[in-house]
Amino acid sequence: MTQPLTTLSGHAIAMPEENIDTDIIFPARFLLITAKAGLGRYAFHDRRFDASGAPVEGYVLNRAPFRPEDEAAPFIVAGANFGSGSSREQAVWAIAGLGVRCIIATGFGEIFHANCQRNGILPITLPADVVAGLMEAAEGQQRFALDLDAQSLTVGNQTFTFDIAEERKLSLMNGWDETGLLLHQYADAITAFETRQQAMCPWLYAKED
Amino acid sequence: MTAQTLYQKLWAAHVVADLPGGEALLYIDRHIVHEVSSPQAFVSMRESGRKLRRPETHLGVADHAVPTRSPRADGVRHGTIEDAQAAAQIAELEANVRDFAVPYAELDGPEQGIVHVIGPESGFTLPGTTIVCGDSHTTTHGAFGALAFGIGASEQGTVMAAQALRQKPAKTMRIALEGQRHPLVFAKDIALAIIARIGADGAAGHAVEFTGEVVRAMSMAERMTLCNMMIEAGSRVGLVAPDAVTFAYLEGRRLAPKGENWTKAVAYWQTLASDEGAAYDRELVIDVAEIAPQVSWGTTPDQTLPVDAPLPDPAALPDGPAKRQAEKALAYMGLAAGQTMASVPITHAFIGSCTNGRIEDLRAAAGVAYGRKVAAGVKAIVVPGSAATRAAAEAEGLDKIFREAGFEWRLAGCSMCVAMNDDRLAVGERCASTSNRNFEGRQGPGGRTHLMSPAMAAAAAICGHIADVRSLGA
Ligand code: SF4
Repeated sequence: MTQPLTTLSGHAIAMPEENIDTDIIFPARFLLITAKAGLGRYAFHDRRFDASGAPVEGYVLNRAPFRPEDEAAPFIVAGANFGSGSSREQAVWAIAGLGVRCIIATGFGEIFHANCQRNGILPITLPADVVAGLMEAAEGQQRFALDLDAQSLTVGNQTFTFDIAEERKLSLMNGWDETGLLLHQYADAITAFETRQQAMCPWLYAKED
Repeated sequence: MTAQTLYQKLWAAHVVADLPGGEALLYIDRHIVHEVSSPQAFVSMRESGRKLRRPETHLGVADHAVPTRSPRADGVRHGTIEDAQAAAQIAELEANVRDFAVPYAELDGPEQGIVHVIGPESGFTLPGTTIVCGDSHTTTHGAFGALAFGIGASEQGTVMAAQALRQKPAKTMRIALEGQRHPLVFAKDIALAIIARIGADGAAGHAVEFTGEVVRAMSMAERMTLCNMMIEAGSRVGLVAPDAVTFAYLEGRRLAPKGENWTKAVAYWQTLASDEGAAYDRELVIDVAEIAPQVSWGTTPDQTLPVDAPLPDPAALPDGPAKRQAEKALAYMGLAAGQTMASVPITHAFIGSCTNGRIEDLRAAAGVAYGRKVAAGVKAIVVPGSAATRAAAEAEGLDKIFREAGFEWRLAGCSMCVAMNDDRLAVGERCASTSNRNFEGRQGPGGRTHLMSPAMAAAAAICGHIADVRSLGA
């Protein structure tokens, strides 16, 4: 289960850069950590902190009101191909750990995009000119407002609509993770499959002699 | 009915429901669980209060983080692991398999080993099944005619609770292997040559099926090497149709079907060949007679050449990403344009991994090492892919051959394939390696990896530099 997502409002963290890959989002050396919660402190680690561990001055996540401790910025706005590279799901958990629930970009890495949806984060793809405008608004500390049911994003006096598959929307709005959704919709179909398969391939159900 | 490929048959046999957008809910028959990628999936299970739908369809083992040495003479590792993080990961896996009733191959038990080695060895991997694991080299199991692919942590949680996954069908690609190969050209050389030819993303989005006389004549070990490496061409699925070689390998394995079930299973498995006239989205024919022993020179597996070929000259390439990549790779690897790989000195040789840690691989390497000595200054290690492989090798006396030649003989694990345990390279060290990835830092930060076959790695260890095993003889 994740927190249901219906509406969201607050500041947006501007990341005006292309190809922010999952190594930038969550450096590989932290992969040995076995936790899933509390990874926010590693998000964008090597951009946020220098080699001595001190915050890099001027980096967006070190500036109010975008700092994680401000709890004021649940959006990210980014360039093309956000979340490309390695499939590590920690990238999404780390972003979730920052308190972000919605990422707006001109495009996403395919696996990262799927992982967002499995973890209650809404990825929105919008055209480059729109994203450029949103980037400016984010940097200017304008507030963003999301209405998931209406599939709309409002910034200042402008409202943009976006596409999302009905099923994905339903999961986000109900706080179902992928598993919850499957169990909700297909439990009977899975049982029926097992009954059929057991008749055809009994060895897959045999207990060890 | 239209003619179907093996991939399409396996897919169709596992569709629970068709979903919008061309996706399907696929039933998952088997799931292998290792210590590094599974903890978060178990966390989700605990958090949501869910139970495993069919615990007996999972198999747990520790392989990535485990040391391949023990301070104890009897080789016991449990309770002796110094690295606190590794010890904690293994302890967490053990608690998880206990709490969720998952069958487990004990760390010091006879079935421990690398996920992709022990699945087949125990008969857990069967033709016609869907098999997943939180590991990209799950492609390996496709050698049995199973639909096997790597998945992420959330998907592992989904498989545990629902025994099903949402998937998008792949396109299909056939690679037909024809011709007569040199006796010292192995599946690893063929795989590397294919990757060099089509590129590190050359099979992306495609399920690759190997066909042809060469594959039919291959052992299961060689078929597994081929399928294992297909992820390095971007494919999540490698396949070989099951045949008499497959059945002979499986018969009598602990988890393989028995008695009447065996007869029924074989009858079904025999239907799992691509139909005559089935259409593939792409086809490639490879003449293996043209393949020489291969060595990777760069930092992606497609940066591979025959051992005697000159390295590319970035100056001769047009401006663009390929030129920049070649420049960067040569600089990282400390190599010069135009030189050949043969004669490049090495500091390490690593024989093992899920690509080449099976008994057949160890025999090929031992054949080269027999009666020879590892060159001074080279640290050479042999790491069997599993405890069972290790025992089999010892029964044949291979450990003696290696030890007498100056190789270290280790316990089973991923070892130097991945810098997640105590076997790793230091900055600037250079390794002749039978593993599958030569990415920057893969074997340790600043380490330099050259991928090759076990026979080639053994030859490099003996010569102290990369060498053409054909000139050494086995
Ligand atoms: S041997 Fe290497 S590639 Fe294979 S499972 Fe272990 S770490 Fe992964």
